Amino acid sequence: MSQDQKHQVLKRKLGPEELRRLETPAIERESHGQTSAKSSVPDSASTVAVDFAGVTKSYGNKVVVDELSFSVASGECFGLLGPNGAGKSTIARMLLGMTCPDAGAITVLGVPVPARARLARRGIGVVPQFDNLDQELTVRENLLVFGRYFGMSTRQSEAVIPSLLEFARLERKADARVSELSGGMKRCLTMARALINDPQLIVMDEPTTGLDPHARHLIWERLRALLTRGKTIILTTHFMEEAERLCDRLCVLEKGRNIAEGGPQALIDEHIGCQVMEIYGGDPHELLSLVKPHSQRIEVSGETLYCYAPDPDQVRTQLQGRAGLRLLLRPANLEDVFLRLTGREMEE
Amino acid sequence: MIEGFAAALPANAWNWVAVWRRNYLAWKKVSLVTILGNLADPMIYLFGLGTGLGIMVGRVDGASYIAFLAAGMVAVSAMTASTMETLYAAFARMHSQRTWEAMLYTHVTLGDIVLGELAWAATKAFLAGTAITIVTATLGYAAWPSVLYALPIIALTGCVFASLAMVVTALSPSYDYFVFYQTLVLTPMMFLSGAVFPSDQLPHAFQQIARCMPLSHAIDLIRPVMLDRPIGGIALHVGVLGLYALLPFFLSMALLRRRLMR
Repeated sequence: MSQDQKHQVLKRKLGPEELRRLETPAIERESHGQTSAKSSVPDSASTVAVDFAGVTKSYGNKVVVDELSFSVASGECFGLLGPNGAGKSTIARMLLGMTCPDAGAITVLGVPVPARARLARRGIGVVPQFDNLDQELTVRENLLVFGRYFGMSTRQSEAVIPSLLEFARLERKADARVSELSGGMKRCLTMARALINDPQLIVMDEPTTGLDPHARHLIWERLRALLTRGKTIILTTHFMEEAERLCDRLCVLEKGRNIAEGGPQALIDEHIGCQVMEIYGGDPHELLSLVKPHSQRIEVSGETLYCYAPDPDQVRTQLQGRAGLRLLLRPANLEDVFLRLTGREMEE
Repeated sequence: MIEGFAAALPANAWNWVAVWRRNYLAWKKVSLVTILGNLADPMIYLFGLGTGLGIMVGRVDGASYIAFLAAGMVAVSAMTASTMETLYAAFARMHSQRTWEAMLYTHVTLGDIVLGELAWAATKAFLAGTAITIVTATLGYAAWPSVLYALPIIALTGCVFASLAMVVTALSPSYDYFVFYQTLVLTPMMFLSGAVFPSDQLPHAFQQIARCMPLSHAIDLIRPVMLDRPIGGIALHVGVLGLYALLPFFLSMALLRRRLMR
């Protein structure tokens, strides 16, 4: 298949907006803003790394993944965003061939899964949600032992361990037991462990859950370093900021269904399309009637009013002179999209 | 279904070694303590019962009671060592420590993991059984050099009880269930299989039951070589032990696949 043909296939699968975002590597968008489209398609973007087509999985009567379809191109960071119980971990397990789907087809790195999952896993690194490092072993031994599971000899593993320790910033902890490491260090070690087989695709299941802000930023920074190396990343998270910061594209999941898919900004533009004014400090129902004529949509949550207004100044004028009110005008984010799509009670 | 089971089988003949080496590396750090711990129990039984009861019992089957008991204790220590490793330690690696989960991200299949765990449990059984064999032979309660023939049988006995315990591990929701297997299966087996007294003194029905138990076949092989006597029915004993090692291995793999790869 020629480069152009591959591009066409990708275009059909992903749509023009996603493709435009793909054509610009994430790092470049970070520095130049997202309008800097490039003229040529990078090689890494010309293949599909992961493809789910109509995948369904149920346990008993409970449908966990429902007719799910998505495609991830090589070199992109793709997010699976959803609350707990949305099916994210089941999707990750199916991708690795650790759970068989009831229906549908999964292709990972050009190989059908679960039929040839063992071959696919050769190119996959996994950072799981729950720490499963070997607590009894040292940092170095953890890497060495994991290399053996991929059939690597001690010599082969020892050749790559220094660079992995450097990546994880654990050079000085090489001979420390895992039980002596902090939560952030353990997660960095898990990331390094996932790289021992030099995978093309890295699956990260809730990589920053339970970490303090400092460790979280370190993980994000390491994750971006992987993207610059051209790795493909599938990231499951319920953490909107994480998805917004890192993902090129994402799919919003609710009860195992794909309810929206696209770039973070594209989703925000499509589903919210304006700034959000948070109003609190007064009687929300009284405020509601005041600002309603000037808003596209209003949502009340507790004592806070979320006001999606094309012209926030009008709302501000309307509320002028009222004592004790606090107004916060902010750009819309994925959380707003998520709440909109999953239907917290909303006033149109 | 069959295709799924095939994917869970060992991928090749050597993948399990990586799993075995992981366990060996972790064990090496605490080896001295665990060796002493594993040896103390059967030694105390051997010398406590052997000398204490030996005074009252006199000779059994033409040997001193302690020499008779030694073969039983070797087999029982192999049984206990591999059972404990597979029930408690392997269950922890499967369940709470999630070590198996990490292994399943790699080239290793579920079958490789089970095989590696069984081989490791058999290794520990081999160490425990061999240590007691050497001690009893050194003290003159077992015959050199025929006692060396006991070593492969100890290893096979380790495989058998690791394999059986893996089925229990695969079925148990938590650690609390293991005690049923120990008290309702292993302890009666120890008394029925001729470990502490000759099983031909039992009522006929119990003797029939004993003939189906793997421990009695292990003892029927170990005792003659330790006492330097001719062995009868080697093929039958080895065949039964082989079946007890193989069938539960495949059963445990099917059960574990259902448990872990749903």
